[in-house]
Amino acid sequence: MAEIKNYTLNFGPQHPAAHGVLRLVLELDGEVVQRADPHIGLLHRATEKLAEHKTFIQSVPYMDRLDYVSMMCNEHAYVMAIEKLMGIEVPIRAQYIRVMFDEITRVLNHLMWIGAHGLDCGAMTIFLYAFREREDLMDCYEAVSGARMHAAYYRPGGVYRDLPDAMPQYQASKVRNAAAIKQLNENRQGSLLDFIEDFTKRFPTYVDEYETLLTDNRIWKQRTVGIGVVSPERAIQLGLSGAMLRGSGIEWDLRKKQPYEVYDKLDFDIPVGVNGDCYDRYLVRIEEMRQSNRIIKQCVDWLRKNPGPVIVDNHKVAPPSRLDMKSNMEELIHHFKLFTEGMHVPEGEAYAAIEHPKGEFGIYLVSDGANKPYRLKIRAPGFVHLSALDEMARGHMISDVVAIIGTQDIVFGEVDR
Amino acid sequence: MATKLDTLQQSLQTALGDKAVSLINALGELTLVVKSADWPGVARMLCDHEALQFKTCVDLCGMDYSSYKDSGWDGLRFAVVYHLLSVSMNTRMRVRVFCEDDELPVISSMLEVWPGVNWFEREAFDLYGIVFTDHPDLRRILTDYGFVGHPFRKDFPLSGNVEMRYDPTQGRVIYQPVTIEPREVTPRIIREENYGG
Repeated sequence: MAEIKNYTLNFGPQHPAAHGVLRLVLELDGEVVQRADPHIGLLHRATEKLAEHKTFIQSVPYMDRLDYVSMMCNEHAYVMAIEKLMGIEVPIRAQYIRVMFDEITRVLNHLMWIGAHGLDCGAMTIFLYAFREREDLMDCYEAVSGARMHAAYYRPGGVYRDLPDAMPQYQASKVRNAAAIKQLNENRQGSLLDFIEDFTKRFPTYVDEYETLLTDNRIWKQRTVGIGVVSPERAIQLGLSGAMLRGSGIEWDLRKKQPYEVYDKLDFDIPVGVNGDCYDRYLVRIEEMRQSNRIIKQCVDWLRKNPGPVIVDNHKVAPPSRLDMKSNMEELIHHFKLFTEGMHVPEGEAYAAIEHPKGEFGIYLVSDGANKPYRLKIRAPGFVHLSALDEMARGHMISDVVAIIGTQDIVFGEVDR
Repeated sequence: MATKLDTLQQSLQTALGDKAVSLINALGELTLVVKSADWPGVARMLCDHEALQFKTCVDLCGMDYSSYKDSGWDGLRFAVVYHLLSVSMNTRMRVRVFCEDDELPVISSMLEVWPGVNWFEREAFDLYGIVFTDHPDLRRILTDYGFVGHPFRKDFPLSGNVEMRYDPTQGRVIYQPVTIEPREVTPRIIREENYGG
């Protein structure tokens, strides 16, 4: 009988199921994975080093490009670290806006995840469904910041500007007639808040649609139940966070346990899994979308009733208004100094962590009193999750590795930084 | 929250004794500095101690202090900063361990205590050249295969040392010294106390 040898399989970096540029070296015995060795760094841009050479505000757009499917959450951790060091109190309206957009971002991220994860496991339709809703949320991003993805909307001390009073509408074009345009613009007649509220009313039905497609689907369950099981003790030791930790049955959510901004004033629940497998993590994320929807609704209600400033009035941190800048010498100087030299952050170090859609996203900022950070360390949840891939994939089949990469919700922008 | 942090500080002080070089409470965060010789014992204690239970190492990063405050730094150059989290006690703390030798920074690997630090230690080795003893697989992680140098050290230029291009005569990709000039758009400034009011 011929001797059967282990062989090595190179998975990626150009494989569609590798979620970006993951090169995975798999040692196989037949079709069973003996060892998985992820090679990362193909998207390494040295964001942390670049930030050391830029002023504090100039680094905000870099944060969008870390985890490029949950842009505003990355910015949030970064500005929170700066605010902690400077001791700035953010206006309450800005805090609500941030929380609302954090949750919109969470929905955006989970929609991307469910689409891609479904596609990896052979479910085609869910991808199209998820991208239909993403389009609406991207429009919210665009309405508020001018950019569909890389928003740069959060600033130290608040947010860049208040929510717009009118939602942009579709214009007539060669490919769409007036009736089609009218239908598209139906829920865009009012303000951005009206549009978001309309979305929160529609969204639970959409989530039901995703669940009809997947939750009781036989193929989906065969691909995810009992795959990539992590015990609660092991999850804590490995430093897993977010849905990866909650899927293993640990009730840990920074929004509840170490609340930041106004999360302690809002009403929501933390879903927790039981078995710690891919299917439980799927259920946790689905429920998280419903909970996010609840939070968004509460934020919309509050924001409607309470107008106010959205950024601090301290011109060493936040720029003065354009009107003041053009009529007042002192404001002009402030504006000039802020955008050329930048702000000076007092000497010290701070770690700010938020409950990012993927897990705990932290920024460790060390300042020596200059106008640039001395050291910026980005704690990316995906980096830790991917390092646990070897352990999770051992003893599974090749096709299960794809399911595990999907459930980890890997995005290479943040893993490689 | 302040009282909780004080209790943690108290129990840390009693548990550590004279092993703590300093234990500072600033901006609502505790920072502990320990000597690298004491670190393995202290780490084990932080993880297992009844009143501390720091079972998770959230983050580990290298630090290069050589140009801190524009080279006003006379201490040891390299440090490793750990961010610890206790899920059961809902507390966080930071530990900073300086590496004794500036030429060849060496520190014990904490893989035995916190299995999650594997890649973080590889990253700190890759970017800062800090060697973690007893790490089973200390390879480069983020930089290219065959990369020379440790890019996050303060004496490593932002634009790097080599660039890659396709050479049509040799018919392959080659490395050559960088051709771009490094430029600084906004200079780095540290202002004196109370500058501008």
